[in-house]
Amino acid sequence: MPKLKVLLQTVRTIDQGTGKEHGKLSEEYQESVAICQVDPEDMKLIGMREDGNVRITTNFGSVVLRLVKSQAAPHSKIVFIPYGPWASLIMNPETHGTGMPSLKGIPAEIEPALKEKVLSVPDLLKEYYKRE
Amino acid sequence: MPVVSKVTCPVCGSLCDDIEVVVKNNVITDVKNACAVGAAKFLDYSNRKNVKPLVRKNGKLVEVSLSEAVRKSAKILADAVYPIMYGWSSTSCEAIRVGLELAEEVGAVIDNTTTVCHGPSILSVKDVGIASSTLGQLRHRADLIIYWGCNPWSAHPRHVERYTAFSDGRFQKSTWRAYISRLGGALSKKRLRRAINLILRRDAFATPEVTHEIPYTMFQKKRKMVLIDIRRTHSADAADYFLQVEPNKDYELLQAFRMLVADEELEVDQVAGVPVKTLEEIADVMIGCELGIIFFGQGLTMTEGKLRNIDSAISLVRDLNQRTKFLIMPMRGHFNVTGANVVSTWQTGYPFAVDFSQGFPRYNPGETSVIDILCREETDAGLVIASDPVAHFPKKAAQNLVRKPLIVIDPQTTPTSLMADVVFSPAYVGIEAEGTAYRMDHVPLPLKKIVNPPSPCLSEAEILRRILQEVRRLRSKPN
Repeated sequence: MPKLKVLLQTVRTIDQGTGKEHGKLSEEYQESVAICQVDPEDMKLIGMREDGNVRITTNFGSVVLRLVKSQAAPHSKIVFIPYGPWASLIMNPETHGTGMPSLKGIPAEIEPALKEKVLSVPDLLKEYYKRE
Repeated sequence: MPVVSKVTCPVCGSLCDDIEVVVKNNVITDVKNACAVGAAKFLDYSNRKNVKPLVRKNGKLVEVSLSEAVRKSAKILADAVYPIMYGWSSTSCEAIRVGLELAEEVGAVIDNTTTVCHGPSILSVKDVGIASSTLGQLRHRADLIIYWGCNPWSAHPRHVERYTAFSDGRFQKSTWRAYISRLGGALSKKRLRRAINLILRRDAFATPEVTHEIPYTMFQKKRKMVLIDIRRTHSADAADYFLQVEPNKDYELLQAFRMLVADEELEVDQVAGVPVKTLEEIADVMIGCELGIIFFGQGLTMTEGKLRNIDSAISLVRDLNQRTKFLIMPMRGHFNVTGANVVSTWQTGYPFAVDFSQGFPRYNPGETSVIDILCREETDAGLVIASDPVAHFPKKAAQNLVRKPLIVIDPQTTPTSLMADVVFSPAYVGIEAEGTAYRMDHVPLPLKKIVNPPSPCLSEAEILRRILQEVRRLRSKPN
């Protein structure tokens, strides 16, 4: 499976904004937030088309998301994920003494994950935040 | 049908106060003047899943009476040694004030969402100061508007229309006509490029290369907008010029501008992926404007350098003020995050990350900020209000938050409320309850009550007041 080294940026999108107002358990929210925006040239490098699933891995975790072709290209080797429960799984908690975690410019690796599923919010909570 | 006018929108830091809301039988049926996010909030607020408070019993959240939920919450907070109280940016100043009193009473750390948005900006302002103004001044006078590391089209959708490039000011005219003709030109260019690519048997949808050529309109004596970001967002379409900077290189770019503004030479070909010739021309535009403004977002606060990026941006503005008039303002996200800072500062002396555990307010971001406390696993209980840290905190911090007893006050069902031990569903402030919020330029605006909340939903301030009373009652009891 081809893997690509990228820089990961978390971002805000207007669809995420309206999605959260519809409700964080809504389909609109998942459709607009559980995505990874990739440059079309980078999509060719990993042999992926739009709407296929990809796995993004950082030093802090790994998550499967739906690939979306970026409308803001070119931005070679930079991928964008809207803020939300999926992006938070792979964020760097280091605050460097400022209180602010490092949510942008994180080195990551992206690879096709066509047979894997994007977790829904309830499944994600069960898998990662199950209370003891 | 009754129309409520001059409603303040409780979504983002722009706090648009020209919204019109149509109400029928205590339900909002239509909204005018709002952006997509604002309209979604006004029209979807009534879809709340719970009205009654919930308490976790045998692993499941079950409906209980308000007094039982208040008693349970007060016990959690009163028994805790080092509780955290987080959120506050999407609620009213009145609720924040009660929250601070409660934090002092139980010896908690009280922190707001500034900690994960413009915390570095506040640290930087303390180091180097800030030259800023109200948005009204900018609407009427600013002729050079620079958005740096932010995307107003998505995060503050009416900011450009109400306060900057597309607003018709007394001394500066709107640039929306130029925007429309630019859009038409860009569309024709795109079609032509596709046709040429097809004829030459190239990829018709290939991405065009980045050019750094500055259009002649940038040198005209009229209002201009520049966007500096790492990708060409929709906000770039509204700008006269888009400058694409390499990720994590904002500090270098800001320092390069400082050198150019000071008439020093850069002995390199490019900085942060931008040719020096382009930077020189933009520096000339900056120096040549009558009143310039830099709005900056999390593209500066969250990237490498964090507060040092902001130091550099504010220093650039200070340098520019030797040559012309220039101002700078953070693009605050939540509708009352500025209010959270203001109220916290006038009550405790500090804007966020305030630690009451020693009986007096103490402030040391990096130590007393919630992400750091959670990552060090130091807290033993939490109260979250109008925020969703389980969705937005790094995994390690969120996991440590939900391991301890957790109280959530939020009208929406969120990943955090699903993990809580006690959940209150308050009235939506700005829709079902009134209050006060501060716009990003520190102007306080009233939030209206448009419809009645469903019973037994109380305002956030009232819920906090009842918890505070119960905590005091518990503490006054002999052991």
